[in-house]
Amino acid sequence: MERTQELFKKASQRLQELSSLPAIREDKDIPQMLEEKGIERRDFMKWAGAMTAMLSLPATFTPLTAKAAELADRLPVIWLHMAECTGCSESLLRTDGPGIDSLIFDYISLEYHETVMAAAGWQAEHNLEHAIEKYKGRYVLMVEGGIPAGSSEFYLTVGPHGTTGAEHARHASANAAAIFAIGSCSSFGGVQAARPNPTNAQPLSKVTNKPVINVPGCPPSEKNIVGNVLHFILFGTLPSVDAFNRPMWAYGLRIHDLCERRGRFDAGEFVQEFGDEGAKKGYCLYKVGCKGPYTFNNCSKLRFNQHTSWPVQAGHGCIGCSEPDFWDTMGPFEEPVANRLYATAFDGLGADKTADKIGITLLAATAVGVAAHAVLSMMVKDKENN
Amino acid sequence: MTKRIVVDPITRIEGHLRIEVVVDENNVIQDAFSTSTLWRGLETILKGRDPRDAGFFTQRICGVCTYSHYKAGISAVENALGIKPPLNAELIRSLMSVSLILHDHTVHFYHLHGLDWCDITSALKADPVAASKLAFKYSPNPIATGADELTAVQKRVAEFAAKGNLGPFANAYWGHKTYRFSPEQNLIVLSHYLKALEVQRVAAQMMAIWGAKQPHPQSLSVGGVTCVMDALDPSRLGDWLTKYKYVADFVNRAYYADVVMAAEVFKSEPSVLGGCNVKNFYSYQEIPLNKTEWMYSTGIVMDGDITKVHEINEDLITEEATHAWYKENKALHPYDGQQDPNYTGFKDMETVGPDGTMVKTKVIDEKGKYTWIKAPRYGGKPLEVGPLATIVVGLAAKNPRIEKVATQFLKDTGLPLAALFTTLGRTAARMLECKLSADYGFEAFNSLIANLKVDQSTYTTYKIDKNKEYKGRYMGTVPRGVLSHWVRIKNGVIQNYQAVVPSTWNAGPRDANGTKGPYEASLVGMKLQDLSQPLEIIRVIHSFDPCIACAVHVMDTKGNELSQYRVDPITVGCNL
Repeated sequence: MERTQELFKKASQRLQELSSLPAIREDKDIPQMLEEKGIERRDFMKWAGAMTAMLSLPATFTPLTAKAAELADRLPVIWLHMAECTGCSESLLRTDGPGIDSLIFDYISLEYHETVMAAAGWQAEHNLEHAIEKYKGRYVLMVEGGIPAGSSEFYLTVGPHGTTGAEHARHASANAAAIFAIGSCSSFGGVQAARPNPTNAQPLSKVTNKPVINVPGCPPSEKNIVGNVLHFILFGTLPSVDAFNRPMWAYGLRIHDLCERRGRFDAGEFVQEFGDEGAKKGYCLYKVGCKGPYTFNNCSKLRFNQHTSWPVQAGHGCIGCSEPDFWDTMGPFEEPVANRLYATAFDGLGADKTADKIGITLLAATAVGVAAHAVLSMMVKDKENN
Repeated sequence: MTKRIVVDPITRIEGHLRIEVVVDENNVIQDAFSTSTLWRGLETILKGRDPRDAGFFTQRICGVCTYSHYKAGISAVENALGIKPPLNAELIRSLMSVSLILHDHTVHFYHLHGLDWCDITSALKADPVAASKLAFKYSPNPIATGADELTAVQKRVAEFAAKGNLGPFANAYWGHKTYRFSPEQNLIVLSHYLKALEVQRVAAQMMAIWGAKQPHPQSLSVGGVTCVMDALDPSRLGDWLTKYKYVADFVNRAYYADVVMAAEVFKSEPSVLGGCNVKNFYSYQEIPLNKTEWMYSTGIVMDGDITKVHEINEDLITEEATHAWYKENKALHPYDGQQDPNYTGFKDMETVGPDGTMVKTKVIDEKGKYTWIKAPRYGGKPLEVGPLATIVVGLAAKNPRIEKVATQFLKDTGLPLAALFTTLGRTAARMLECKLSADYGFEAFNSLIANLKVDQSTYTTYKIDKNKEYKGRYMGTVPRGVLSHWVRIKNGVIQNYQAVVPSTWNAGPRDANGTKGPYEASLVGMKLQDLSQPLEIIRVIHSFDPCIACAVHVMDTKGNELSQYRVDPITVGCNL
């Protein structure tokens, strides 16, 4: 009980701090925002329940890195494929910290993953059902791909019963302990959802009414995929998220903030055209279309493929692939956005001013994410008292 | 009495694929159907966009062959605009192709196809010391097969299994009669399965050195490549070469050796000695090694007759949709394709269930439409594309590099040339295509170094004239076979875009005449050991390396919602 009280105190304190920060929208509060996102109070409470279960782990929950190998029961993970290109699964294969073999053997129990699993057909279907049943409320669900929805669900079916992808996603979401939308397709609809979205592809969060953590990128780096699983394993909690439900640890900074060519930007040294002298000297790529100033991701910090490189290092600008609807909002990819209106969840701010404005807005949004977390703890507390 | 078997999902592939077969009372397959169960419609999305963006969109067709559609999209636009990228750019693109093939084929053999050949549970019974000695039979210098390494692998997997939860290896076909390796041989492959997980990371880094990242590199631009700083950095060049040697070494000492071993053991397994019933092969030159030479050859071989290479007449390429979920059934050239969707769904039927009893299942309407993939034909005939086609056409064209690796393999295995035209041969051909990159990929590297001494350009400038109309295409061989992208540009934006991809050729349904495509034809006549454990079907289909997200892109709708479908009201848009 003492521990619970302490948690309660912490949450109150945090809430007080947060309430002094500027609100993202003055006319809306958090429950309202959640409701608008399709999250009902009932689900909100369910999620809160799951969170409590996690929070009830000992406070001295030791980092498991060393111990994970000795754990008899690895974290059950179900990975579903929707309308996608398998690039996110390929990215997962590139992980080296831990390596994919270690991840599968020591950290997680990969119950279902169509690209990797040995079983097929009936046997594969059985594995999925078995895992959902056996690990009810305890498995982590990761979904790759956009989901043809509504009257277009039939654009994707999986399994001997011709089950639609959307049905699979809803079914597996219902009993998951945590849900991650892996990649921009699952997070925001992705390339198949680009104008005119012929198959009515939707993000996972529109198909299930459970809370979804988005891990966008096309594909997200191996670090960003595995990092969230590690967060769950090591801390037993979900990471704090921004306004687009992206984990702050990975998507908290703009590409531009830590860009190796930032000095060139500040000095006004720009590549005017690919292949020019500036390109050989590593000038800033803004004028050939870099979307780094509008994009939140850690590419400039962690890079890809064991830190081998990233687009700006390879002389090509960022295309903004971890932002919602980037296929429609960031193109043409090799031209600057300039002062074109740039549609964002923040109601479209003028782009060149945006870089900093978004930064500020996002900071506020982060506060919302953290606040939501704290509110949950409070509500759970209330429930216990009742 | 016949019975029907449904295998859905076919796992360990890219995309969503269903296979249905009909077997007779002796468990011999009488008929087979290939169904893609996903449609995305990327070409529609491309219309009206900046042509320079095409490659970025098409790249997202597939994240496994990741670079293929990027290069195709960029090259098609270059071809339309009449741009020729500088030699340095061409050669860097070659190095990226080499990096991709080394990665893609290795991962396919070990991580996608490998578990069709290797019984992991059997490996646990092996004697590691005997296995270590045995490895020398298939390679003069085997890799990851020391007795200490094999013991460690065995221990690791045994401990994993002892935890009682097999994760991705659960509920598979372990112990199936068509697993033919001895426990020691299984242990060797298992060790390579694990080692290859490490090797593929390095192969992906090779791509990232030039391409920023893998999957989905980002350094090609219409006109050339953007990674000029990497090209002019000797430490980057050294990095690539070192990783190339490391991966090439694995290909020769493990991948090659394991396929030689499989050939020795599986040459008496009937279910892998058929599987090649469309003996028409199509290949197209790819991977420039210098100013004049390409790694692969161009042409068509008909009826397995390698004494003759036919020139390709692109006008003979058609696609039809008698059995695909589109309204228009006529065989049309890709430029004239019509794509009104006409989804007819599944029917109810009892099929062989997981325990062998008949269970209620959804099955396709075999008399009607049953897949999102169309049936491409060449002069009305189906063609097989992919590594087997690369090797067969290469032999017919007397391509010296291809002749060398193929002849060496046939000599090392004692197999006749005819053995190539089988499931086993198709799997071997993929390894040989990988070996081509491992043995000759450095030629492109050397050409790059030689050229950098006199020329540092990596980009050709151009202007897109908004008052002009352009059309162009890319055609080349990527890991799964011949790929072509076709683009028309008007008013400075994409007016029409078509991708004719490898797995469409292989995975398409039968046509109006009932002629089957390569997947469907490959299964007919094969006997199954156990109807509820259709490992043989999975193995044959995997030998093609399906990429179904690719295959379902050839279609096109406009996106206006009408009734319950999204329909293309202006198929004339495709007729321009």
